Amino acid sequence: MDSLLNATRPPVFCPGCSHERITHTLDQAFHKMGLAGADICMVSDIGCSGLFDTFFNTHALHGLHGRALTYAAGVKLARPELNVVVTMGDGGQGIGGAHLLAACRRNLDLTLLVLNNFNFGMTGGQYSATTPPEAEVGSGFLNRLERPLDIGGVARAAGAPYVVRCSAYRSDLPDVIARAVAFKGFAVVDIWGICPGRFSKRNRLTPKLIEEMLARLPAMEGEVVENRRPEYGELYRQTAAALNPVPEPAAIEPRFAPPGGAREEVIMLGSAGQRIITAGEILCLAALHAGLNATQKNDYDITVLRGPSISELILSPEPIDFSGIAQPSLVVALAPEGVARRRKAFEALSSGSVVIQAAGVEVAPGPARIHRVDFKAQGIKPPDWALASLGVLAKLGLVIRPEMLEAALGSRLRGASLAGALELVRRVAPGQWANA
Amino acid sequence: MPLTLMEGNEAIARGAVAAGCRFFAGYPITPATTILNHMLAMLPPLGGVCIQGEDEIASIGFCLGASMAGMKVMTATSGPGISLYSEQISFAVGSEIPIVIVDIQRLGPSTGSATRGADGDVQFLRWGNSGGMPVIVLAPTDVHDCFTLTVQAFNLAEHYRCPVFVASNKEIAMTRETVPLDALQPPALVERKPPSSSGPYLPFQAAPGDEVPGFLPIGGRTLVRQTSSTHGPDGYIATDPAAIAAMLARMQRKIEGAVERFSFVAHRPAPGADTLVLSYGVSARAADVAAGRLTRQGRPVSSLVLKTLWPVPEAAIRRAAAGIRRVLVVEMNLGQYVHEIARVLPGVAIALVGQMDGRLITPETIMEAITHG
Repeated sequence: MDSLLNATRPPVFCPGCSHERITHTLDQAFHKMGLAGADICMVSDIGCSGLFDTFFNTHALHGLHGRALTYAAGVKLARPELNVVVTMGDGGQGIGGAHLLAACRRNLDLTLLVLNNFNFGMTGGQYSATTPPEAEVGSGFLNRLERPLDIGGVARAAGAPYVVRCSAYRSDLPDVIARAVAFKGFAVVDIWGICPGRFSKRNRLTPKLIEEMLARLPAMEGEVVENRRPEYGELYRQTAAALNPVPEPAAIEPRFAPPGGAREEVIMLGSAGQRIITAGEILCLAALHAGLNATQKNDYDITVLRGPSISELILSPEPIDFSGIAQPSLVVALAPEGVARRRKAFEALSSGSVVIQAAGVEVAPGPARIHRVDFKAQGIKPPDWALASLGVLAKLGLVIRPEMLEAALGSRLRGASLAGALELVRRVAPGQWANA
Repeated sequence: MPLTLMEGNEAIARGAVAAGCRFFAGYPITPATTILNHMLAMLPPLGGVCIQGEDEIASIGFCLGASMAGMKVMTATSGPGISLYSEQISFAVGSEIPIVIVDIQRLGPSTGSATRGADGDVQFLRWGNSGGMPVIVLAPTDVHDCFTLTVQAFNLAEHYRCPVFVASNKEIAMTRETVPLDALQPPALVERKPPSSSGPYLPFQAAPGDEVPGFLPIGGRTLVRQTSSTHGPDGYIATDPAAIAAMLARMQRKIEGAVERFSFVAHRPAPGADTLVLSYGVSARAADVAAGRLTRQGRPVSSLVLKTLWPVPEAAIRRAAAGIRRVLVVEMNLGQYVHEIARVLPGVAIALVGQMDGRLITPETIMEAITHG
C-alpha cells in the first residue's frame, strides 16, 4: 500500500523539528496497519501539531485549540468503524486538560498523540503545561514557579487503559504508534521531541538527553492493566440496545364536565419538598380530562429541598395566551415560604376568590373566602399536603371534580404511587370556611 | 381533539427527534437541563447518542464532530453556556457545520438567576461569534412553536450548512401547557445535499447559482477535510485575499440573502390601526392579548410576532408596518431588538416596552404603554 502522505502538501516544519519525524513515522504506522485514507480521521487543533491533518490523505478535522478530543469523540461515536487519531501539542493538554481527563475516564477508542516539545512553538516559545522549571522560555520567569504536568501519570490516574511515554527518536516508533492505534480503547502516546525553532535555541536538548530524561522516569509502555475495561462506544451501544423507547405523548380525551365554565387562575404556594410542581401538573391533567386548556408556570429557587415552591395554573375552556396570573381565583397556601414570596397575590384577591389555607400557615386577611384545612391533624405529612389539597378542591367542587382528579392521577402515576395518591385524595377531609 | 400536556423543553426534544436528530450532547444547566433529560430518554433506544459532556465546550465539540460525520446534531444550554460555546459557534459558522443550538434564556448577566426567565441573549446570539458573520435565530412563543421551530431549525441548519439557534426562555421551556396532539406534526424534513457535480470533492465549493456547498460526511469513501482556519474551496488554508473575500461574501449571502424564505412571523393586523405591537418569545403572548383587548375596546392595535429574529426579517417587518405610525417593541430585556426595528423602520416612532426582573411582561403593562406611552 502506498504512503498516505499528501504529496502536494509536504510538511512545513522548521528544519530539525521532531514533528516532521513523527509525520513520517505515523505514515509508516498506517502503512504497517494496512489502513487506507478513508479508514482514518486525523483530528488536530491549534499549534504546530495542528498542521498534521494537512499532510495526510485521510479524513481530517482541524479545530480549536485544545478541543481536538471533543470533535474526535463525536466523529468516533457517529462512525465507530473509523480509526480516529488525534494530534495535540503540550499546549493543547494545558488548555484542554478537562477533555484529556474526560477522555481517559470515558475510554472511547481514540488515539491521542501528544507532540510534546515543552513549549508553545508557534506563538513564540511561551511556557506550556510541560515546560521544565529550569528551562529558558518566552514567558520570563513564570515557568520557574510551576511544576510541569506529567501527562502519562495524569492519564493513568484518570483511567486511560493504554499509556506510552517515549521519545520521538525511538527507532520502533512506527510500531509503538501502530499498537496504540490498534488498541481498542483510549490510547495516549506522549511523544517527547525537540522544537528547534524555539525551545532548543535557548535550551540544550538532544535525542540522547530526551532518552536520559525518560530513563529517569517510570516506564509507560502501553496497556495499563488496572484500567482495562470495555470500550465506551461498544458499552454505550450495548447498554442502549436494552432500553425501551419513550412512548408518544399521551393523548387525553375529555371525559368529564368541569365544575364551572369559567377560566380559573390558581396559585399554589408551598415550599420545596412539598411536591407543589407535581400537584400542579396533576391539576393540569385533571383539566385535560375535562377538555380544558391549561398552563403551569412554576417559580422556585435553585435550592432543592429548601425555599419556596410556587405553581401558577390557568385552566380555561379557551386557548390560553398570557400564562401569568394577575387575579387568582384560588390560592392554595401550604407553606410560609411560598406565601412570603407572593404576598402581592393576596392583595389582588377579590370577594369571589378562595384561599385554601393549611393550618399553621399565616395569610394576610382580605376579601377572599378562606377555607382552612388541618392536614397535620388528619395525619397527613407536609410532602403530601399539595396532593391532599387537590383532594380538598375536588370535594369542594372548586376548579375540579373528584372524577377529574382520579383520572389525572391515573395518567400521571403508576402502581403503589397511584394507589397511595388515590387513597390520600379520597381520605382527606375538607376543613372549614373561616369567614363564611 | 385530544390534548396533551407538555413543557417547552420536551417539545424541543420531541421536535428534534422528529427532525431526525440522533446525536445530542449537553451539560446540565437550568433551565435547559430537561432537554438533556428528554434526549437521554429518547435517543439511545432509537440507536442515537446522547452524551453529557465534561463541560459546554466539549458538549458542542462532540456535536460538531458528529455533524461532520453526517449526523443531525443538537445541543442545549442557557446564556452562560452560550458564552462557553462561543468559540465553537464561530467554528460552526466559519466552517459551515450544521448544528441546532438551543438557548433557554435565563435572567443575566453572568450566572444571573437560574430559575428566572429573560430574553437577554438576542443580540449575544447574533454577535457572539468572532468575525461577526450572520447566524439564524428562531424564537418560539409557546410549546407548539418549540416543536415546530425546532424542526425548522434542523431544516435550516441542514439546508444552509450552518448553526441555527432556538432562542427559548425559561418561561416557555419549563412551563407546561396543553397542546392539541395533532398539532405536533413536523413540517417536511430537509436533508443536507451532497455535491451536485462529479469530479474531485471540494468541501467548500458551492455549485454555480447556489450559495451552499454540497456536503459529504467524514467517514465516507470520499476523503473530507474540515478546518477552523480560513480556507479555500478545498478546505486548505487560504491566503489569497480575493479567495478569502469570495468565501466570506458567499457565507454572508447564503444566510442574509435567504431570509425571505424562512421569515416566520405571525401578523395580526387590526383594521385602522396606526399602532403596531412588535414582540417575540414568551412576551408575544402578552402582546397579543394587549393588542386584542385594545382593539375590542375600539382602539385598534396591530400585532406582529417575530419567530425569525436573525437575520432580521426586514421585508416582513416593513410589510406589517405599512400605514403604521408607532411601533412598540416588547422584550424581556432592557432594549436589544428595538435597535433593529429602529434601523428597519426609519421615520416611524419606535418605543421600547422592556423589563428585566425575572417576571413576565403583563398585558396590562403593554396596554398602559400603548395608551399612555
